Amino acid sequence: MAKIKIDGTEIDVAPEATLLQACEAAGAEVPRFCFHERLSVAGNCRMCLVEVKGGPPKPTASCAMAVKDLRPGPNGEPPEVFTTTPMVKRAREGVMEFLLINHPLDCPICDQGGECDLQDQAMAFGGDSSRFAENKRAVEDKDIGPLVKTVMTRCIQCTRCVRFTAEVAGTADMGLISRGEDVEITTYLETAMASELQGNIVDLCPVGALTSKPYEFKARPWELTKTESIDVMDALGSNIRVDARGREVVRILPRLNEDVNEEWISDKTRHVVDGLKTQRLDRPYVRDAHGKLAAASWPQALGVVAEKIKATAPEKIGIIVGDLASAEELFAIKTLAASLGIASIDARADGSRLGTGGRGSWLFNATIAGIDQADAILLVGTNPRKEAAVLNARIRKRWRKGGCPIGVLGEEADLTYAYNYLGEGPSSLDWLASGQNGFLDVLKNASKPLIIVGNGVTTRPDGAAVMAKVAEIGFAVGAVGPEWNHFSVLHTAANRVAALDLGVIPAAGGKSTNEILAACATGEIETLILIGADEIDTSNLGKTFVVYLGTHGDKGAHTASVILPGAAYTEKSGTWVNTEGRVQVGARAAFPVGEAREDWAILRALSALVGKTLPFDSLGGLRAAMVAAHPTFAGVDEIVPASHEDVAALTSGAGAMSGAGFVSPIGDFYLTNPIARASATMAECSALATARMRDAAE
Amino acid sequence: MSVRRLAPAEVQPASFAFSPENETWAQMVLTRYPAGKQASAVIPFLMRAQDQEGWVSKAAIETIADRLGMKHIRVLEVATFYTQFQLGPVGSVAHVQVCGTTPCMLRGSDEILHVCKNRIAPHAHELSADGKFSWEEVECLGACVNAPMVAVFSDTYEDLTKESFEALLDGFERGETPKPGPQNGRTGCEAEGGATTLNDPGLYDGTYRVNIVTGGGK
Amino acid sequence: MLHDKDRIFTNIYGFQDKSLKGAMSRGLWDGTKQILEMGRDWIIDQMKASGLRGRGGAGFPTGLKWSFMPKVNDGRPHYLVVNADESEPGTCKDREILRNDPHHLIEGCLIASFAMGAHVAYIYVRGEFIREREALQRAIDECYAANLLGPNNVHGYPFDLYVHHGAGAYICGEETALLESLEGKKGQPRLKPPFPANVGLYGCPTTVNNVESIAVAPTILRRGGAWFAGLGKPNNTGTKLFCVSGHVNKPATFEEEMGIPFREMIEKHCGGIRGGWDNLLAVIPGGSSVPMVPAAQMIDAPMDFDTLRGLGSGLGTAAVIVMDKSTDVIRAIARLSYFYRHESCGQCTPCREGTGWMWRVMERLVKGEAEVKEIDMLFQVTKQVEGHTICALGDAAAWPIQGLIKHFRPVIEERIAARKGTARVAAE
Repeated sequence: MAKIKIDGTEIDVAPEATLLQACEAAGAEVPRFCFHERLSVAGNCRMCLVEVKGGPPKPTASCAMAVKDLRPGPNGEPPEVFTTTPMVKRAREGVMEFLLINHPLDCPICDQGGECDLQDQAMAFGGDSSRFAENKRAVEDKDIGPLVKTVMTRCIQCTRCVRFTAEVAGTADMGLISRGEDVEITTYLETAMASELQGNIVDLCPVGALTSKPYEFKARPWELTKTESIDVMDALGSNIRVDARGREVVRILPRLNEDVNEEWISDKTRHVVDGLKTQRLDRPYVRDAHGKLAAASWPQALGVVAEKIKATAPEKIGIIVGDLASAEELFAIKTLAASLGIASIDARADGSRLGTGGRGSWLFNATIAGIDQADAILLVGTNPRKEAAVLNARIRKRWRKGGCPIGVLGEEADLTYAYNYLGEGPSSLDWLASGQNGFLDVLKNASKPLIIVGNGVTTRPDGAAVMAKVAEIGFAVGAVGPEWNHFSVLHTAANRVAALDLGVIPAAGGKSTNEILAACATGEIETLILIGADEIDTSNLGKTFVVYLGTHGDKGAHTASVILPGAAYTEKSGTWVNTEGRVQVGARAAFPVGEAREDWAILRALSALVGKTLPFDSLGGLRAAMVAAHPTFAGVDEIVPASHEDVAALTSGAGAMSGAGFVSPIGDFYLTNPIARASATMAECSALATARMRDAAE
Repeated sequence: MSVRRLAPAEVQPASFAFSPENETWAQMVLTRYPAGKQASAVIPFLMRAQDQEGWVSKAAIETIADRLGMKHIRVLEVATFYTQFQLGPVGSVAHVQVCGTTPCMLRGSDEILHVCKNRIAPHAHELSADGKFSWEEVECLGACVNAPMVAVFSDTYEDLTKESFEALLDGFERGETPKPGPQNGRTGCEAEGGATTLNDPGLYDGTYRVNIVTGGGK
Repeated sequence: MLHDKDRIFTNIYGFQDKSLKGAMSRGLWDGTKQILEMGRDWIIDQMKASGLRGRGGAGFPTGLKWSFMPKVNDGRPHYLVVNADESEPGTCKDREILRNDPHHLIEGCLIASFAMGAHVAYIYVRGEFIREREALQRAIDECYAANLLGPNNVHGYPFDLYVHHGAGAYICGEETALLESLEGKKGQPRLKPPFPANVGLYGCPTTVNNVESIAVAPTILRRGGAWFAGLGKPNNTGTKLFCVSGHVNKPATFEEEMGIPFREMIEKHCGGIRGGWDNLLAVIPGGSSVPMVPAAQMIDAPMDFDTLRGLGSGLGTAAVIVMDKSTDVIRAIARLSYFYRHESCGQCTPCREGTGWMWRVMERLVKGEAEVKEIDMLFQVTKQVEGHTICALGDAAAWPIQGLIKHFRPVIEERIAARKGTARVAAE
């Protein structure tokens, strides 16, 4: 630790801390625009100038000077920094005046108004009038894609967006072209940005130069109700803030959680918002005698379902739960299924084989923050850029620091970092295990090797065999052991871990997803209950009585005999367990649309009608019962670590591996779930990405 | 400095490639920089592309970026930052760069610029009617004791007057390559009429040579 | 009064043979191997003893700069980078070294690199110096052919020397902007610390020196630091290339002793002031970045770092821009303001925004289209730029205007008054 005096107060800080950080630690506010904790230091805005005693007779940029770079006083006194002296005040006013002379001051028509760093800091640190009598500069707006709107005259050239795309996103979409007062932020000749994280530059932009295009002129920040929630677009469980105006969710922003998403979210997380409004199931429907879905009341619809369940033998009923179900409805449906004696229940709509062993066999055991400590990484059957874009940025962050070779088995995709491509399928896995390609030694020589296995492995028919091989490698290279467990499964479904933790898999004698669907085709299963399950093959459900409980008129609803409208993730308080096993609770930001109800309450109502009333009648009661049955759900925002023995058990996975290459389960990043598929914004992004792929292939 | 944009699509060539001779040169240049630092060659490459084609095209930017493993935007940044890069076609016979900074201004660069406006085109970067000439005002070209001066491609023409500059343009007009350097009889930067220093023959016969390390000299 | 025998650059006008053979006949490359054999410490001590201050404008002691390079190699290569991005208005001295007397520089590169443990050096020549670059490359090629350079050269110190170039950006004369440019990026200055001696080119220890600073080194070492220190004055030692442009009868570049009085210099080398000494208005004594000095203070001033700093200006690159009384002094400075606006890299706020603002006000002052109070405002704006930027370009843009206001405020006020008078007459 180093001692430093800030405005007369002596504090201890890390020697490599910047003066700006030291000032903050001492409680002295230092204005800044270009500085951002997660980006490289640019030092270009000059707003954070402070006075250093004994230094040059000019102020110093506090973001760019480390405490260790200051010299102590003549008798070894700690260096002194001042943030409130006349020199500092004048310097800040001067810089602020320069920033404003060419800024349009069009705050009344600017979406950033009310949450603008420039506004706030001009109030706090600026002068009271303008002396600039020349014409203001105007800068052409740039079309940089469907998500980010530009009003470039407002730009103060802080280059946060340039640094974000180059450093965090790894796509280097943006740049600062030209020179002097004519510099302009742009993408290459105004091509659309290619990053899945591009929306973050809107948050980073300290002024209104980059604003959210879909949110354009939608609301003012002070009109919004802000609710803390959890994202469900991937298995990361990004912490989000859902902003609603009245009943309508108008935008989603990231919340800070160093252990999960830091302060980034993917574009799907952020811009899926309009999908919450379209294609919604807003009232119950029952298919009439003519085969048409007709609007029905809740008692009618639930009555039809209850009668059907009562009239069907439990072994002729199947239940498939989709990827967006919260732990509450997972627990409710599992409890109901058990009381009805239905064994064919599966929350692994993608056909994954995981879930029969111990918890350690399905968690991202290394934890997301653990990626930062890894010193060699092996990716098997996963494309993290598509499956968990923010986690991919974390891998990239680790890679940029150096000393962390990465090997990839599976698709040879652009992951935004360099890697050793080790081959596409099981035979390459064998080759790796044999030690012949050298990467095995890289992993062995690493002190904390990390192995990430994706659903491109777990959903394969030979998944168990492949997992056995990967686990074997994990032990061979020391990635798994009693000390630490870096064998990590990257899921794609938001709440898959909760489903497996709750045991929403076939009971004894029950059928798994694919078996249920096959049984529907043969008529062996007569009634199928889909809880938000749309990513399944619905082509053979012609004979089946399908009950669809969900939010959107997607694939599942189209085949349904009865539709029970449920609540989307923003419309209910739900518990989510991310891929690393972290239990998180999201709050309700808006009410379900129309007559839709929270899913657990629908299941509770149904349970009463079938004579198996669930033993809870409130969300609190449900959660208490769930925690009692499954203690890992007790600690919110906590991870209960799993045993490495669970990984050891995987090595006994049976069967032979096939020759097929590993394929990521996600074809189109932007269209992975019913909400995203209902979003016009996501559709536009998808079309652009498809076109980009096509151009690249040419 | 003004906003710099690539030339409009209609004048952009479809592709770019170094000539065989320049390709050999390019491979030699890449050996100057350490492994993995080939981006260092971006300015020499763009300049050579400009020498070859007359200006820097979109195709050249992209080809060179791909060649050096750089993102296109990074090379666009470089091409727009450095003002020696011409982003659109220039005069085929002469692109006249007139130094207009104070040392040249003090010695009459206004007159030179006036000639350009009247004789070539009213505005900088505009082609003359026949497409043979264009001009621009540039910042200090580092020949201040030979002011005023202009540069035409690789050569400088110094110690100009309105008349000698007109004569220079006449020469280009006739298809000649006028003799570069001072146009008033000087050789270089020595005082007009004869150098005031370095006239002692002792400098050139070893008389003054000293070497304390070898003990050589006198 | 400097005698030819003490001039370092013996072919600065290119009258003699420029080839390696010619250079050797004038004493270059003489005993280079023995100089290297004296060792790094001896070389740096001699350079320190010479009192040589960097010739690129800032005047930092060259020997001291060399000594900042890590003594022990930590595995990263060391680099010498020579700043031949000569772009300071008024300055045209390095050009003559490059095209007429390049072997001073080439030999200097070898010796300086040896003294700093560098096996590779780059000479960054401004893009517009095309013929100069070609001449330099020819000279280097000759040295390679004679095995004076290269991995197995006759000096027993493996050394490669490469010519690199820019493409029109004054800011690349700033040493860290130059390094950025050499790495293939925009020439935007870096934040310091870290300094190049620790983290320079490609993240490796690097020293950036001006052409002239390196080029004088071989002669200093052959003649001894004491010889150089015996010329000029204490703290302002040695000889220096001066470039005198503007309103003198015979503008020229020449090597003179540090501290030569202005009047003597102009009379001896430049044929006097155009129209006589009474016609002298003001002088910018060290390149466009330093404030002007009015005639009365300048005429008898010795041309050295300390004296000119005492006059509120500086020796800078010793590029002397002379203005006689026919000069529109406001316009002369406004043109420099245009220059700095054009050359600002655009990275940091005060310079990016301030250079444009200052130039626009200056343009109005040229025409008198301003209020008198705007003179004070302009002065304040220059103070808001000065000292608040990443590199010294902000200061360089501010100082000429400060010099103008300090010395010629009445001229500005008169012009404003005249304009107002004209406007009033027109209105009546």
